[in-house]
Amino acid sequence: MPDKYHIKTRPVPPRRPRIGRCGVVDWREDCAGCHNCVKRDCVFDRYREEAAYIRDMREMDSLFFQCMGCFSCVQQCTKGLLSLSLNPVYERLGNGYWTPQMIETTWTQAETARIPVSGAGYRGPFSGTGFDSMWTDMSEIVRPTRDGIHGREYISTAVDIGRKPALLQFEADAARDRLPPLVDIPIPMIIDMMPQGYRLPNLPAVFKVVAAQTGTIAIVDYNEWDLLGNDLEQYLPNLAAYIGPSAPAPAAGMLLKMRLVEVGDGDRLEQRIAELKAVNPDIVVAVRIDLDAHGVERGIELAGEPYIEALHLVADVNGSELNSGSPRFVKDMLRQVHTSLVQRGIRNEVTLIAGGGIALAEHMAKQIICGADLVSVNLPLLIALECTLCRQCNDGLSCRAGIREIDTDYGVGRMTNLVAAWHDQLIEVMGAMGIRDVRRLRGEAGRALFYEELEEATFGKLFGKRRNG
Amino acid sequence: MANSLVKEEMAERDLPQSTLETLVPQVEVRREIKPAPPRYRNEIAKYIIRRSDACKLCGKCAEACPQGVHVLKGGYKYFAAPRQNVCIGPSCKETGHYCVDLCPNGALKMVENPMMKVLGDHRWTSDLILATWKMAETGAPPDPEYGYQYECGDSGGGFDRLRFRFPDRPPVDLSPDEIDTSLELNRRGDGRPQIKIDVPWYGGGMSFGSVSNVTQLSKAQAAVAFNTFTCTGEGGYMERLRPYDEHTITQVATGLFGVREETIQRVRIVEFKYAQGAKPGLGGHLLADKVTPSVAKMRETVTGISLFSPFPFHSVYSIEDHKKHMDWVKHVNRHALVSAKVSTPADVDMVAVGSYSAGAHIVHMDGGYGGTGAAPDIAKKNIAMPIEYAIVKVHDFLTREGVRDKVTLMASGGLRSAHDIAKAIALGADGVVVGTGELVALGCVRCARCESGRGCPRGIATTDPDLQGQFNVEWGSQRVINLYNAWRIELVDILRRLGLRSVSELRGRTDLLMHLDYTNEAGKAE
Repeated sequence: MPDKYHIKTRPVPPRRPRIGRCGVVDWREDCAGCHNCVKRDCVFDRYREEAAYIRDMREMDSLFFQCMGCFSCVQQCTKGLLSLSLNPVYERLGNGYWTPQMIETTWTQAETARIPVSGAGYRGPFSGTGFDSMWTDMSEIVRPTRDGIHGREYISTAVDIGRKPALLQFEADAARDRLPPLVDIPIPMIIDMMPQGYRLPNLPAVFKVVAAQTGTIAIVDYNEWDLLGNDLEQYLPNLAAYIGPSAPAPAAGMLLKMRLVEVGDGDRLEQRIAELKAVNPDIVVAVRIDLDAHGVERGIELAGEPYIEALHLVADVNGSELNSGSPRFVKDMLRQVHTSLVQRGIRNEVTLIAGGGIALAEHMAKQIICGADLVSVNLPLLIALECTLCRQCNDGLSCRAGIREIDTDYGVGRMTNLVAAWHDQLIEVMGAMGIRDVRRLRGEAGRALFYEELEEATFGKLFGKRRNG
Repeated sequence: MANSLVKEEMAERDLPQSTLETLVPQVEVRREIKPAPPRYRNEIAKYIIRRSDACKLCGKCAEACPQGVHVLKGGYKYFAAPRQNVCIGPSCKETGHYCVDLCPNGALKMVENPMMKVLGDHRWTSDLILATWKMAETGAPPDPEYGYQYECGDSGGGFDRLRFRFPDRPPVDLSPDEIDTSLELNRRGDGRPQIKIDVPWYGGGMSFGSVSNVTQLSKAQAAVAFNTFTCTGEGGYMERLRPYDEHTITQVATGLFGVREETIQRVRIVEFKYAQGAKPGLGGHLLADKVTPSVAKMRETVTGISLFSPFPFHSVYSIEDHKKHMDWVKHVNRHALVSAKVSTPADVDMVAVGSYSAGAHIVHMDGGYGGTGAAPDIAKKNIAMPIEYAIVKVHDFLTREGVRDKVTLMASGGLRSAHDIAKAIALGADGVVVGTGELVALGCVRCARCESGRGCPRGIATTDPDLQGQFNVEWGSQRVINLYNAWRIELVDILRRLGLRSVSELRGRTDLLMHLDYTNEAGKAE
């Protein structure tokens, strides 16, 4: 039996006090000190933990917000002294795209490596923008799973990065041309460079280990190569150097041991790729394209060039088109590129890596359904280190979450846990869809339901035109 | 149903002796509406009233308040804690009863309870929860004075954006007694019993294990009182449910926990659970902590070990297999109706017509936002479509196929109120299956911790002996009966305002609906 892809995880508790959604406000002055205090009956034992925590004197300034919000103590206190309140610190987490729920669930996954599970039905809005405007589908009920019945352990999440020729040409008994190189990674996700403003100097060295432990690849700017530390050699197969449009190529010694390298889109692209290939013919070169007003067209154009192996199409951190007043969302732009390549019959020849806006495991699956072969991820890995996206570091101030001071063990553990939890969730939705191989999920829009289409087919038919779009 | 008749009737059904021996007299529950006050000492109220030291105990506030918020008991020196949960807020200014203004000493203060921000969520808003509690307490829709916005939630789509087009005055004058809310469950004309329920809904499957005995029995009692059904869920047939055989649907789910020939033979409806809306395509998962000795015994498994029900049925890989499944149950129980519970994939219309062709009497669709005792968050949010779309799609398809009137279409998955029920029916369902609403009636706050540790801290969805002792069956069943009654009153009122004599006349009447996000002109153009 072949080796199964398995990520080793271990619980990695947070360094800082947890920030939960709600907390109990306690009007202690009026307490009668009665002998049936509801605090003792907390099903989750939160008050006892709180007392222990305060005695510990680690963080006197922290409010204890681990309440599960069941209202039991509030409703049973003899004197009605307790009330629940939304935690303002929780509400201030993140921003419009990166919601407090996203950040909280990322923290939990980074700590436990588990799939988030809860009771009761879905609690959120009916639908939303971006990735929230689609649902993944499930397999047919009485013709279950398109790929036949297999346990989840048989679902493959491996993808290849590189060029795949449509036809093989033979001479005598052998292929005429050398097959182009492929990079095989066990999860459809690579680690991207941190966006400007979040490039903390100690992160690349952590990414390097995470990439090796999870079998994926971390893209690191070649300008920051010295941040990777001394023991670089063994990690090179899991690292990809990014070189800007006019930056010099990495040293030959590095190139020869790497499997993937990324170049910025610019002039002399073909020549630059040829130069890299001349050093190491087995390296795959990806071209990084900014998804601005020309990004989609540029992607479609380049995909047709025979020297292109992989395109890394990157929107901004929120998944929006760059430098646009009314930005398109990354999933829609990817769908456009994918569909165009399918129509031209060349989709299989080039690998599309989508970046920007990937915040949750479901986004990985949805982006792949919209046409990417794999995704690139950055901010969630930073959030795994208890970042709250306060952006203080953007202004050159010290990091509130103390990320500059983390030790490697903690950083690697938290990020690895997150990758493992995402992998498990990907398998969960793929299992539900009845798809056994993530390579078959690519562009499989038949395994998705799109909000606009369902609205039109259901309510549009019944109630006429939609108001204000 | 007269108890003595049960065994005779069952004997006529050619039941084997082994099953006959297990039958017990059936209970009767009267549809009696009695107050069932909240079970917590401090009820969560929309408004908070504070009394300061300036109070001179003149009693003007108690005199003025028609709701009885302020209580100064004889022989007591001070006011008792205000009964905040009956306070209707500052809207009583209009009738001149606003205690804050009337207090000569300015001792009273009223604010909207900041806890409302913590209670509830987009689908179940705090108003909807408070209104449901009020209905469960009184058996009637909440007084409009409370100002609860409980006709829909705040999810921004689906039912929450649909409204009825009520005419200025009803086209025909109907008294509530003339309006029929009953629902026929067997439309196949296959000689099996014509089962009719008094309200167009029945209780959803919640297994013993996911909810407590008391919760299951409370649901069952309400089902008897309203001549409708409750469902066992997939955790087996509880001994205690036997007196409710006539109103219990037994579920055959993929794990087949506790399913025996005898359990299939004792009921009038058998439900195949193919999938569940909250976790479509994933199967069930009872976490290890909830597999207590009693749960393990019922399910014939081992204490403390997680239980998985697979997806899908490993005996069903084709529509023919599905038919075989149905035939098997129909053979084992020759008088039962068969329901197929499915979720809502893109091809739900094909699933529905397939289920009909295989012999189902009831097709039960559970939408993507349906309830659960535990499901991965990624599944609850992302897999399969919301029920609103599925109802329209399936209703239209079955109509075009010419079989719409041969099958009963039940919808579930995020139906919270009588208005949701009416909207689902107007979109094309025959009836609905409810679940979360019943649990809210029992005091659920939707904290979503059903699955953690010892289970539900409110004692509803738990099998922990201490936790489930928080309320008894008498109180629980009264709460559910009251809620059902309030829903029925509202449903009748909706029908009356629309001038419809029966709930079956409402089915598929999308012309009576409007959508707030659309121009609502399509119907006129046709």
